[in-house]
This record gives sequence, structure tokens and C-alpha cells, in this order.
Amino acid sequence: MQISEAWLRELVNPPISTEELVEQLTMAGLEIDSVEPAASEFSKVIVGEVTAVEQHSNADKLKVCKVSVGESEPLQIVCGASNVRVGLKTPVAMIGAVLPGNFKIKKTKLRAELSLGMLCSEKELGLAKKADGLMELSNNAPVGTDMREYLALDDNIIELDLTPNRADCLSVEGIAREIGVLNKMNWKPVTFDKAEISHDTVIEVKVEDKEACPRYLGRLIKNVNANAETPLWMQEKLRRSGVRSLGPLIDVTNYILLELGQPLHAFDADKLTGSITVRKGQKGEKLDLLNDQSIILDSSALVIADDKQALALAGIMGGKNTSITDASKNIFLECAFFTPITIAGKARQFGLHTDSSHRFERGVDFTLQQRAIERATQLIVDIAGGAVGPISEVIATEALPLRPAVMLRRSRIERVLGITMANKDISQIFTGLGMGVEEQEDGWCIKPPGYRFDIAIEADLLEEVGRIYGYNNLPNNSLLMRSALAHSEEAVLPLARVEDLLVDKGYQEVITYSFIDEKIQKIIAPNDKFISIKNPISSELSVMRTTLWCGLLNVALYNTKRQQNRVRLFETGLRFINKKEQIVQQRMISGLLLGTALAEQWSEKNREVDFFDMKGDLSAIFHLNNCDVQYKKTLHPALHPGQSAEILTKQGEIIGVVGMLHPTLEKQLDFDTPVFLFELDQALIFEKQIPTFKTLSKFPSVRRDMALIVEEKIAVSEITDCINQGNEKIIKDILIFDVYRGDGVDEGYKSVALSLLLQDDKETLTDSEIDAIFVRVLETIKSKINAKLRD
Amino acid sequence: MSTNFEEILVQGIQALAEAKDLNQLEQVRVSYLGKKSEFALQMKQLGKLDPDQRRVVGQAINKAKGEFQQKLEIAKVTMQQAALDARLASESVDITLPGRGQSVAGLHPVTITLRRISKIFSSVGFKVLEGPEIEDDYHNFGALNIPLHHPARAMHDTFYFDAHTVLRTHTSPVQIRAMEAEKPPLKVIAPGRVYRCDSDVTHTPMFHQVEGFLVDTDVSFADLKGVVYEFLRAFFEKEIPIRFRPSYFPFTEPSAEVDIECVMCDGKGCRVCGHTGWLEVMGSGMIHPEVFKSVAINSDEFTGFAFGMGVERLAMLRYGINDLRIFFDNDLKFLEQFH
Repeated sequence: MQISEAWLRELVNPPISTEELVEQLTMAGLEIDSVEPAASEFSKVIVGEVTAVEQHSNADKLKVCKVSVGESEPLQIVCGASNVRVGLKTPVAMIGAVLPGNFKIKKTKLRAELSLGMLCSEKELGLAKKADGLMELSNNAPVGTDMREYLALDDNIIELDLTPNRADCLSVEGIAREIGVLNKMNWKPVTFDKAEISHDTVIEVKVEDKEACPRYLGRLIKNVNANAETPLWMQEKLRRSGVRSLGPLIDVTNYILLELGQPLHAFDADKLTGSITVRKGQKGEKLDLLNDQSIILDSSALVIADDKQALALAGIMGGKNTSITDASKNIFLECAFFTPITIAGKARQFGLHTDSSHRFERGVDFTLQQRAIERATQLIVDIAGGAVGPISEVIATEALPLRPAVMLRRSRIERVLGITMANKDISQIFTGLGMGVEEQEDGWCIKPPGYRFDIAIEADLLEEVGRIYGYNNLPNNSLLMRSALAHSEEAVLPLARVEDLLVDKGYQEVITYSFIDEKIQKIIAPNDKFISIKNPISSELSVMRTTLWCGLLNVALYNTKRQQNRVRLFETGLRFINKKEQIVQQRMISGLLLGTALAEQWSEKNREVDFFDMKGDLSAIFHLNNCDVQYKKTLHPALHPGQSAEILTKQGEIIGVVGMLHPTLEKQLDFDTPVFLFELDQALIFEKQIPTFKTLSKFPSVRRDMALIVEEKIAVSEITDCINQGNEKIIKDILIFDVYRGDGVDEGYKSVALSLLLQDDKETLTDSEIDAIFVRVLETIKSKINAKLRD
Repeated sequence: MSTNFEEILVQGIQALAEAKDLNQLEQVRVSYLGKKSEFALQMKQLGKLDPDQRRVVGQAINKAKGEFQQKLEIAKVTMQQAALDARLASESVDITLPGRGQSVAGLHPVTITLRRISKIFSSVGFKVLEGPEIEDDYHNFGALNIPLHHPARAMHDTFYFDAHTVLRTHTSPVQIRAMEAEKPPLKVIAPGRVYRCDSDVTHTPMFHQVEGFLVDTDVSFADLKGVVYEFLRAFFEKEIPIRFRPSYFPFTEPSAEVDIECVMCDGKGCRVCGHTGWLEVMGSGMIHPEVFKSVAINSDEFTGFAFGMGVERLAMLRYGINDLRIFFDNDLKFLEQFH
């Protein structure tokens, strides 16, 4: 909301500067977004009257005018505006005037005609963003008066960004009340004399939905002059609040909205049929709104209707058919209280947001309607004349909001705010805020006023005390709290440790959106059931990822397209899977690898990364959590069938997947190099085995190498499994040190060189013992997987 | 005779001088001092002399031999030194060439910031908790005193899956989950991703928050101020002017926005702070009694404060980053700056 500072100061005028006032309001919780001068800087512009207009002899579009500026002789000014005419009162920039943008007015000749100044539009004076022609001033504007003085332009426009609980400050009166209490001074509510009632015609009002509209006031005003001129002071106040002048009747309703915070609506009474009914919309009922929008109603919308049709969307916007026009003569003025719950969300449902709905959904003072309709009537009559009829009022007292008294215990002030305050200071705060105060033995009983929708419990009162006292004046306590020693959970591998390991291995952490393109999701994980967002930002961000790979692949592409040919990435975060209509949110850690094994350098012969580079990095992670894992060949839709594996714990739980991006996808996604991926379940890798000490053997260890010929299809793990199953206690470790195919090994076979590390805890091994084990091992693997010793 | 071994000595010294490396030197040694060497032959012939002469000649031969040995030793040391020098010279490298080995990557600046925040709070006993990102509307709104038609729901542009399932719009639901699971005293921070249906120059549809809260028997607004003040001082590693400004959140009462003096212009006013000299860095307040009620905590017995901050905002201020969206472009050229 924006408001003129001068308007505020008419109601309360503390002896403080604009800056201080702004600071005060901000620190009281009414945040000020900006303070701008009501008009740009300009000088030597005065009210003038055009007394003669002649066509320029030398230019079709120019007129040579005589303009009276209150001096003995009128000035000759050349002007090109289409609305220049004899009798027009308009601003004149005199010779020596400076207009916004440091535009200096000089004596000049336009096609041989002398021009001694310039006639101005609102745009040229910085009063509006655009203008159609010269600014037209009121006929009674005093010629010769300085424009700044005439329009009282030495004012500021204050823009407030109010929080939704402070509906009471959506008016000049509301803000004035705050300023009053903050400066411990009284403020002047608007006063006026009620217009005389001069006819007795009444339009009947029926309220069907009393819960939604507990109070409805209406009155018929006959014979108004819809073409009367809105007084300059009102136009200026509206302009400074960002409201365009639309004729006196609409201007008055807008003015009341700003002055008192009460939205009103004026109907053209001659377009009404029968009585007024406040009712629910009928399904399928059509309503053409003032903004030229047509809406189809349903039973959740509250409307104002006559005997024929819906006329207005209650509390939100009027209808086109019954709107005020220049031809309107008789008007029906509506002033109602619609409950916040009725209006909340309704405007948005129809894609609307109006000053009226903004106020009603936050809460309008339900005691204000009588005063507001009288104030509006008085202004209408003052400006546009008319005969005033009696007010018809429908009230459902039981449906009006309750304002139960709230207790504030003295002890809570100290406990929650950390301060003690004198009784009279507390009373003064609440009285100033317009609340009923009753002092009691251990505190105060506070009765909130109709305009406060945010005072329901003790904490609300504590906030008021803190706010007015000043949050900055409340003490700062240093951290004196109960503490307990934190557990150091050794059996949990911290995520940070794994992240650091990956970083040290050259993987850059990235953070990508949790929602992704449905197309990518379907390509990467066609078998996963995903979850779609009902209202996505765009189709590229419309489904929740079931794997972090989608984001990683996107980032890899983004960077390879920017000349990065070696990319290592990882990300941690949730994936979201739709499992039998249950949303499973699983914390994962995923990585991507592409390009060369080493960063480009001058020394080593470089090579492209492969499966085992990634597997090596994963082994490092499993080394951290002391966890034995198995790799099982697997088929994954996104991965190369020959280079993909599931990773399992000893107990057979699947920890994750690793593999090469399927060459088809590699091509489809526009990579030009193999891409390797892994994804691990955080829950499973963070279970750490706490080490248990085993006695060190005092006896020397022996290493025995063997080269085995096995069929190509035999996996190395089958060989080692086979040896391990023999349960030879003195085999401490098996190391694979070569895999060879080619000369000397038959087609379809491979040679695997491995070494056994042998050691006994109790004695030094003898050659014969070692030979015996060696023979047993060979026999086992020969019988089980038909391996034989290479010659 | 005498001339013979003196000649041998001269020849020997000559041979030493001609030896080009340690191998040749060794050959020279063998030919002059070995069993079949010249000196050995001379010594053998001593037997043919009479005893007096034998002693005189013997001493002379030994003297010549000794002199040769001495020269040999010198030649050897010199040659070893030369060989070492040559090796060292040949092994010298251009130490200005880059070191071998992998390039080390980095954490995302958001993670770096989150870790710092977590570390600061952990050091005074706050426990770090995480929660689900797809939330039910009860935990995201209802339990936080934001009923269905509350205007505050409009403050959050929410992503919906169905009428009751949303992407969490803040980390505050973790507050509810933590209080449902455990009874006070509680000291918790909850970092994580949050989502709002909003995307422009200053908004991304996903960003990070850290929620923090403390519940105990005697927690006051003054404690909140103290903790927030000390945190911001620790985070920015300097004394920094801070102000608490009344505001509104449905789940706190009283509520406050926390502003810090603009770190870009030191409060003089600049584009970043909208020429106010102040930057909004977190929302905070005393936990609302309705929130306590929804988790069955007696608000007469316990009080608590809560605060929530935007991680990207803090990272931007800390590192002088001027574009929010760059966080999620994941351009390596950007990320590499945060080692």
C-alpha cells in the first residue's frame, strides 16, 4: 500500500523527520519499501490560462497561444498539444524553469514565432508515466499560483509492505493510530457532518448467507452528477496512493478505502431489478466483471444479486452491467462486512487480486460500516450532489467476529520478553492501540478492537508490548542454556567424510533441482514410477527425480558443451519413488565420471576413464565404513549391459548401482565420450563397522603366486570365492595382479595371475605345509571351475 | 732394479690419470696392485736379493706402492665425486613444471555454507536433523498454525502433488517432526532443500534453508536475540550491526525479521540492500502457543524460539556472489572457485 506522508500528518503530526518516521514504522513492524517524493523536482511552473489560440502560419501541428499567468501581459507560447484551447487552465513552465530530468526552459523561436515558456503535460512534470496532452487543471485554479504550492507537491509517497496480520494498517487512519502510539501522542480520527436524509426510497436488502456477510448496509442516493469534478485535493491524495481518478463516485469509494480501510461499492441503481440479495453463486451462473473478465460461478462464490442476476463478486469486484458510468444518475451504495474466510482464496481462484479482496481476506473492522457509509455519502453529496435516502442495514450479530478479552500475565512479560515494565506503560501501549484495558492483580485483561484480527492469545499481546517497546531495546542474552554432552556416534559414517573423500578424488559437488524433465526421467529410468507436480514451473521441472543421475547428466552436458572434457561430479540428496501409492523419499549419493583418467598434464601417458576407475573410487568409500561389498553383474536400463553392477552388502541388501551409461543413451543425450555413473543409498553406506582388534601374528608371512587358465566366462570373483570357501585359515589375503589374454592362452580362455598371502598365528609355515595348501587350493578350483595352472 | 719400480710408479700414475671412469680405475688398480701386478712381481723378486739390500729395496718398493695407492685413492674419490656430480646434474628437473597427480575438486558453496552454519550451532549443542521434502500439508502448514485459507499460504507459492501433499515450502515442518518425536529440552537445527513455485532473477524454485529452534523451560526473546546475534557474528567473523524488526509469521509470536547492516556497502546504501543499508537475513520469533498445542507441549511450562534463514542469501553475502541462479547452473568454472 502506498500513502501520502502529508495525508498521514493531517491525522497525526509528530515532530520527527520523514526519515525518523519511516524508521519508526519499520521498526514497529510496518515495513517501508520505499519513500519517493510526490513529484519530481521542478521549479518555476505556475498555473496559467490560455486566452487565445491561433494556427501557426508555418507549421500545421503548432498553435500560437496567448497565456495569462497573472501578469499584466499574457505570454506568447507555441504549443503542439491537441487539447490546447481557449479557457484551458494548464501548468506553464516559465523562462528559467527547470523540469524533471534537468530540462531547462529558455526563450526560443519555433519556426519564426517567439515562444516564452512551455505548456506542460503531467508527464513533463513527472506526475504521471504517460500523458495524452496538456494537464487540465480545474476551472477555479488560481492563475499565477506556483504549481508545487497549488498541488501541495512537497510531500512524500510512502510505500508499505504490510504483513498479512496487520490489516488494521491498510488505511491512513490505521497507520496514524500506530504513529500515535509510537510517539505517545493522540491522533485525530476523521470527523465529518452526516448528510441529511432527503428521501425515503429504500432498496430492499436480503442476506441469505449470514455467516459470510454478517453486516450489509446499503443506501440509495438519487440525482447525483456523475460528471462533477473530483476536487484536486482528493485527486492528488488518490494519485499519491497510486489510484487513478475515475470520476467522483468511484473516487469517493476509493478514497474511503484508503482513508478508513473500508471497501465500498456503488451500483447504478437504474440498472437494478427489484431487491438486493447477498447469496451463494449458482452453478453455471455467468458474471461479467468490471475488468471485462467473464466468470462462471459456482456455489462456493458469494455474490451480490438482484432479482434477475448476479451483479458483483462480493468483496472482490463489481459487475460490468450495473457499474457506474458518466450517465449514472441514481446510485446504490453498498458498505458491507464479509468475513475473511469467505473471501480468502476466492479472488485468486478467479485470477483476481483487488484492493477490496486484499482487505476483506485479511479482515476489515466489522464495526466500521455505519461510519464509512456516512462518510462516503457526505463526500458524494459534497462533490456530486444528490438526495440521500435512509440506510437499509441487515445484521447477524451472532455471525460477527468475536473479540473475547485476552489475559496478559505480568510474569509472562519477563519470561518471554526478558524485561519488566511499569504498569502505566503497559496500559498506555494498549490504550494507544485502541484496546480496552482492565488492570488486574497479576496482569491485564485486554479487549481487542474490531479492526484487530490478530489478537487472540497472550502471545499476541506480548508481541504488541515488544513491538511498541522496540525489539532493539529488548536485552540480548548470551547463550546460557542447559547442555548435555553430544554423542559421538562411531557406528555412523558422516556424510561429510564421504563427500570429502570424493572431493579429494576430484569429484566436484553439484546441487541440481529435485524436479526434472519428464522426458529425461523416462529415458534414464523407464521402470521407475515417478511423481508429478500438479503445478510445475515448466515442463523441464515437472516430475520428481527417481535417480540423481538425471541432474548429473544435465550438468555434465552443460559443462562438456563449455569445453570441459574431464568431468567428475557428485550430488547428495533425496530421490522420490512412487511405491504402491506410497511416496518413498530416499537419501542417495551419486556420481558421474567422464573424460581422461588424469587431469591433462605433461608427464604420464593419459587414458580415458573406465569402469574400474569408478569402482576404485567406490572401494575407497567402502573402505571408510569398513564394509565388505559384492558386485553382482546386473541389467539396468540406463547402463551398458556388459559394464554394470549392483553393489550388495554381505547380507544381500542392495546398496547401489555402478556402470557405464548405455551407448544408445550416450548418443541420444549427445555425449561424445563414455560416461560412468554410480548411485548409492546413504542409509546403507553410513552404517559403519566399528573395528575390533585382532592379535597380530608374530610369524612371517609367505607370498605364493599362481597363474591360472580359466574360461573367459568365469569371473575373477568366482576364483576368489572358490578359494575363500575352502576356509583355509592361514590364507590371509588374495591379490589379483594380472589378467592376460593372447599368445600362449587359447581363444576363449584367459590367464589370471594371483598371489596368496599365507600366515599362521601360531608358528612359522614350513614348505611342505605351504605346498599342501597350494595343492588343495588348486584341486578345489580345478574341480569347481575347471581352472588349471598355466605352464 | 731401482729405476724399474720408479718407472712402474710413473707409469702407474700415468695410467691413473688416463683412467676415464671407475671401471678403468679398477683395472689400473688390478694391474699395479693385484697379485700379478708389476709391484707384486717386484716384491717377488726381492727374495733374490741379500737381506740388507732386500730391506732397503723392499722399503722403497713399499714407499712407491704407498704413493701409488694414495694417488689411486685420490683419483677414486675425485672420480666418485665427478660421477655423483654428473648424476646429480643429469637428474636435475625443471621444478617449475606442474606437479603430477589428480586435481582436487570442491564442495558446492551452498554445502560449504551449510556446513559452517551447522558447525557453529553444533558447537553449542544443537542437534542437526533432516526431514522429508515431500510433506503433507499438516506438517507444512496446519501444525504451524497456517490453516487452509490463511493469507499466509499465499505468501508461499506452493508446489502441489495433490490437495494434501506438497513440496515443503520451508524447513519449519522439521520443527514439528522433532517435537513430535522428542520432548523438551530441545536444541535443533534443520538444514535442507525447500521449494517455492517462483522463478525469476531473484527466485529459484528450489533453494536451501536452515531452521533452528530451542525449547526449554525459560527461553525468552532475549535468548533468541543473543543466539542470533552470536551466530551472525560467528558466521561473518566480525562484529556486525543487527536489528530485530517486528514481523509476522503464523508459527511465531512475537515474530521478528533480522536485518544485518549491509555487508556490501557497510550500511551506506547500495543496490544489494536497496539503498536501505540493511539486509534481511532471517525470520525468527517465539514459538507460537498453537504450534506447541499441535505437538502436545504445554506452553505454560515451556517456551521456545525458532529462526529460519536462507542459505543461498548468506552464501551470496559471504562470498560476494551477485546472481542467485548461478548456484544451480553448476558451471564448473563457478564451482571451482570454492575450493
